[in-house]
Amino acid sequence: MPLLHIENLSVSFETASGAFLAVDSVDFDVDAGERLAIVGESGSGKSVAMLAVMGLLPPTATVTADRLEFAGRDLRGLSPRARREVIGGDVAMIFQEPMSSLNPCFTVGFQIKEALAAHTDLDRKGRQERAVELMRQVGIPEPERRLTAFPHQLSGGMSQRVMIAMATACRPKLLIADEPTTALDVTIQAQILDLLVELQKDHDMALILITHDMGVVAETAQRVVVQYAGQQVERQDVFGLFEAPHHPYTAALLDALPDRASGNRLPAISGVVPGQGDRPQGCLFNPRCRFADETCRKVVPPRQPPELGEALCHYPLHREEKAA
Amino acid sequence: MFRFVLQRISLLIPTFIGVSIVAFAFIRLLPGDPILLLAGERGMTAERYAELQQVYGYDRPLLVQYGDYLWGILQGDLGTSIVTKRPVLSEFMTLFPATLELSFCAIVFAAALGIPAGVFAAVKRGSWFDQTIMGTALVGYSMPIFWWGLLLIILFSGILGWTPVSGRISLLYYFPQPTGFMLIDSLLSGQEGAFKSAVSHLILPAIVLGTIPLAVIARQTRSAMLEVLGEDYVRTARAKGLPPLRVVGLHALRNALIPVITVIGLQVGVLLAGAILTETIFSWPGVGKWMVDSVFKRDYPVVQGGLLLIAGLVMVVNLIVDLLYGLINPRIRHN
Ligand SMILES: Nc1ncnc2c1ncn2[C@@H]1O[C@H](COP(=O)(O)OP(=O)(O)OP(=O)(O)O)[C@@H](O)[C@H]1O
Ligand SMILES: [Mg+2]
Repeated sequence: MPLLHIENLSVSFETASGAFLAVDSVDFDVDAGERLAIVGESGSGKSVAMLAVMGLLPPTATVTADRLEFAGRDLRGLSPRARREVIGGDVAMIFQEPMSSLNPCFTVGFQIKEALAAHTDLDRKGRQERAVELMRQVGIPEPERRLTAFPHQLSGGMSQRVMIAMATACRPKLLIADEPTTALDVTIQAQILDLLVELQKDHDMALILITHDMGVVAETAQRVVVQYAGQQVERQDVFGLFEAPHHPYTAALLDALPDRASGNRLPAISGVVPGQGDRPQGCLFNPRCRFADETCRKVVPPRQPPELGEALCHYPLHREEKAA
Repeated sequence: MFRFVLQRISLLIPTFIGVSIVAFAFIRLLPGDPILLLAGERGMTAERYAELQQVYGYDRPLLVQYGDYLWGILQGDLGTSIVTKRPVLSEFMTLFPATLELSFCAIVFAAALGIPAGVFAAVKRGSWFDQTIMGTALVGYSMPIFWWGLLLIILFSGILGWTPVSGRISLLYYFPQPTGFMLIDSLLSGQEGAFKSAVSHLILPAIVLGTIPLAVIARQTRSAMLEVLGEDYVRTARAKGLPPLRVVGLHALRNALIPVITVIGLQVGVLLAGAILTETIFSWPGVGKWMVDSVFKRDYPVVQGGLLLIAGLVMVVNLIVDLLYGLINPRIRHN
């Protein structure tokens, strides 16, 4: 039984100009101790899908799914109280902007211990000890002193370490990291990623890593979901994906990888992710696809078999190699 | 921190001088002569008039009078009432507890109702509750105090007979007033029914005086909460699985209170201005009513001194609010 089992999850927002489908029937299966990456450009609905799992979307969002299960329990059937026990306890999430994700009015220690108070029966002394241990675990020097610091006294990297300490405080079975390094300096990015993978391995925790950086995917993930305009356009293990991407969008993302040696960022794919008003007919990627033909512009593409990366495409790439 | 306080205090000096000039000029610009008013209906001879003018020093040039007045202030002497012959400062001190008690109860009433109303309105944004609260706040904000006070008196005192019309306590009670605060003194007196009587006298004026601050606080709380509820750290608090009451009432409200407390502090000026009217309507023996009476009697020293004291008070309170702001906002405290 997978830890997280999601089938046909859709999220639409009520907006002034009508409903907007931000997530379009996506599926996730995450096993215990597994590292899954979700990649895609800005606006492809990565955050929204995960916020739907956490139940953190605003009331303007309508969430529908055939299945939304964690450890065999249907999350939708739970009372708000029972759901809060899962959220923050068994499933934790960290965010893109660590500096604004911590409450400026409370000390770091207060915010970590508060999570412990909500989900464990540690007493005051136990919480203090555990907080120090967590701070040490995420690599913060002088943990006792730092616990009394306010968030504005910390750098971005430190804040994200605190967020990680807070998220892992109650030993979650699944950690969702939403672009945890995007807002940080390049040198710090690698440290934070290493820390996440290390914690994931040490505690045998599942990790969902949201990113738009294929480099990050290569370094951390075991399995990859590529998302475009709310749809999952390809699902593969990481080696297969880098070796033989089947969806032209995946291939384009890989082509846009910056040359690490020279540090130059290659030109990204031209065009943008379609928004509310400009969703094309047929394949959503067709206006930006090098291979698109008349069929792609008219007909909604089929889901290919697992050998072809479950690509949502009429003409998946690298088909011949797979056949051979 | 110490330097900050000194800096703020030095900024107060020009304001203070400005207020002293305004206070001095205001009462002299009004037509009417204090000495003639003292004499009353009988009038007086021209010699007697000239003599009194000299006694009070009103025959000297205005600039000299002002210099004299300023010199007195610097020595802590605010002059003596020409009507009661008592020092202005000691009159103020006797009457001020009544005003303080009324203002304090008014602001407590306003905050106790306004903050929760603003929070609920923000959480239930766009609901009928929100719209009702904000509509009411708009009405309350533009309510003429005089009219509102009379309306409440007619309803609760006149028609329903629930509350007395004027004063701080029923004449049936008499006891020493060590603190000057009727609520406390009536409790200390141990006399049966005294506290209840004090409360029933206080309740209408406090509501009248608190109405505008209530509206302001409710609106400010709502807008501050709306802003804060969209912040990332509120999402983090939810992601931790905290109950909604804690997310809203602690994580969000703690941040929203920063601007709200500032606004409450700024209401002190509004409150004292409102107290003048409210005390007059309810015959509340505080400094507001005292000032109005003195203006009618052209009691120059009282009007000058009283205005100066009230203005000084507002400035000090604003200073305290500024310091408090640093205390409740960690980002400022540590810079
Ligand atoms: N509260 C909301 N109301 C309306 N639309 C929303 C809301 N939140 C997100 N969206 C829309 O949903 C789409 C997907 O957003 P999402 O934040 O999931 O993208 P993302 O893939 O995480 O992008 P990024 O890399 O920028 O984080 C976007 O077009 C966004 O404008
Ligand atoms: Mg996102």
